Amino acid sequence: MSLLSVRDLSVTFNTLDGKVHAVNGVNFDLEEKQSLAIVGESGSGKSQTVFSLMGLLSSNGTSSGSVLFNGQEILNLPENELNKFRANEIGIIFQDPMTSLNPYMKVSDQLMEVLIHHKGLSKREAFNESVDMLDAVKIPDARNRIMFYPHEFSGGMRQRVMIAMSLLCRPKLLIADEPTTALDVTVQSQIMNLLSELQQEFGTAIILITHDLGVVAGACEKTLVMYGGRVMEYNHTDQLFKQPTHPYTKGLLSAIPRLDLNEEELNTIPGNPPNMLNPPSGCPFQPRCEFAEQKCSDSLPDLLVNKDDTKRACHLDSDKIISSSREAQL
Amino acid sequence: MNESVKKPETLLKVENLKVYFDVGKSGAMPWSAKRVLKAVDGVSFELKQGETLGIVGESGCGKSTLARAVINMIPAESGRVMWLGDDEQVGKDLLSISKKETRQIRSQMQMIFQDPLASLNPRMTIGQIIAEPLQTHYPKTPKEEVINRVKQTMVKVGLLPNQINRYPHEFSGGQCQRIGIARALILEPKLIICDEPVSALDVSIQAQVINLLMKLQKEMGLSLIFIAHDLSVVKHISTRIMVLYLGNVAEVSPAKELYERPRHPYTQALISAVPIPDPFVEKSKEVIELTGDLPSPLNPPSGCVFRTRCPKATETCANQKPPLEAREGDEDDHLAACFFSD
Repeated sequence: MSLLSVRDLSVTFNTLDGKVHAVNGVNFDLEEKQSLAIVGESGSGKSQTVFSLMGLLSSNGTSSGSVLFNGQEILNLPENELNKFRANEIGIIFQDPMTSLNPYMKVSDQLMEVLIHHKGLSKREAFNESVDMLDAVKIPDARNRIMFYPHEFSGGMRQRVMIAMSLLCRPKLLIADEPTTALDVTVQSQIMNLLSELQQEFGTAIILITHDLGVVAGACEKTLVMYGGRVMEYNHTDQLFKQPTHPYTKGLLSAIPRLDLNEEELNTIPGNPPNMLNPPSGCPFQPRCEFAEQKCSDSLPDLLVNKDDTKRACHLDSDKIISSSREAQL
Repeated sequence: MNESVKKPETLLKVENLKVYFDVGKSGAMPWSAKRVLKAVDGVSFELKQGETLGIVGESGCGKSTLARAVINMIPAESGRVMWLGDDEQVGKDLLSISKKETRQIRSQMQMIFQDPLASLNPRMTIGQIIAEPLQTHYPKTPKEEVINRVKQTMVKVGLLPNQINRYPHEFSGGQCQRIGIARALILEPKLIICDEPVSALDVSIQAQVINLLMKLQKEMGLSLIFIAHDLSVVKHISTRIMVLYLGNVAEVSPAKELYERPRHPYTQALISAVPIPDPFVEKSKEVIELTGDLPSPLNPPSGCVFRTRCPKATETCANQKPPLEAREGDEDDHLAACFFSD
């Protein structure tokens, strides 16, 4: 049994301009101790996917489908039921560490609160446990610095506090929503190293949401590529980067300037991301796809599961796309 | 003026530019010491015609302040910014000329900002936005010519001329950035300062904007100062790269050379920290991890500003500030400020 199994997850928002289908029929599984990256551009639905399974959607959002955590349905559970899973089973780290910590509370109080609330520890136990956790995320002089307010920490240190907070109850699953986007590259590499060390140490499964394919390459076993609220491709990270079989993945990979190569001109994906109020017919990527045929705008490609457990949603033959990327390289 | 100033191909020459901010007193008492934040502390560089100078560094290292001080949007403490774009043999110091002259010269230097939507006035149509620099500097231009020029510029940056009467909110982020570029281009300037022009954009759109900038630069012979924190983007677009750390230049070098043979330990760490979108390269590459965070610019370390995080630091580094110099026997286009540079 998988740790997390997401089936047909859809998220809809009611807005003044009409219904926005932010996530459409997302399927994926996550095994224990596995790391999965969800990659996509802004508006692709990557964050809303995990927000819906944690019950964190904004009030005009509704989700449907099924999310099984250890075999138990957690989608659309009432708040008090869901609170048993939050922190205890599933931890979450947000993008901006300044806005997700309470500026009026000392870090110690914010950390202890989690343990007192979820595990019923005494204040003294909670304090010691919190200091240990700050040590684990390598905050120097943790016993004194735990008394600081969030503004007294730098951005990287605040993100470490967030990581410590999410791991306090030893969750089985850690969701990291763009954990390094607000940080500088040197700090980013510190945080990513820390995350992978902690994953080994605590045996947590990780879902990493990011738009930075470079971060994914070093961090995750599996990668899920999303576009227009749908899953485009799901594969082993190594395989996905070596041989992307979906036109979107291929376009995305070739559009990134690489520090280790000397390219003359960058490949681009023409056009703009879809407006989710008024999505294109058929495949959401079809208006920007260089391989698009008539059938692509006529019908939506199904997310097909291959023999080796990889997934792909495209009408076209994967060989066609692979061979064209070879030509481009030659 | 010395001789190097007279070289015709040099467009801009910045000498020992310092920008300090007064941030109030260290305590509440009248006798408490004044605090000064040294945002840019003695930066010198030259920009040639048709060249792109990339400026990289972490947040708070003074990249944006430097760019704004160069065009005199922020008053500088000391230093000289020589503008050699005019036909005159001798340059003009942008920091000491009159307001009227500043206005004239500014028509030849334009800026592109980071947040594409926030830098466009929501109450103006994009036609008005793009025409504004033209109408400000040449108010007597007939209306028809203005519209023609706007439409030509829109075509140049890949916008449809029939969208001239739309408002910024009707455009996506990438298109808004194109509007910003069109606004900067309409006066056909010699220098464009791009302050993080692509960092708010998605990867696929980012590539479009970078290609557009490179194409326009080639066509119009522009000089660019390109500020970004993303080293791979900067390396792609730049002829030369300047690495800043805490208001000081760590290293200046041609782009390819900087990546292949970084000399300053900070540049080395910075380059190694950039994630590469290829699992095989990424897992095998060696990362030089820097400990700690950027020190506060209010209280920078003595001597070399990087020494608190530097793996090579010794006592010399604490006592003396390393000069920016070329390696012995090397060409003088690759400079590093380190006593122990490779």
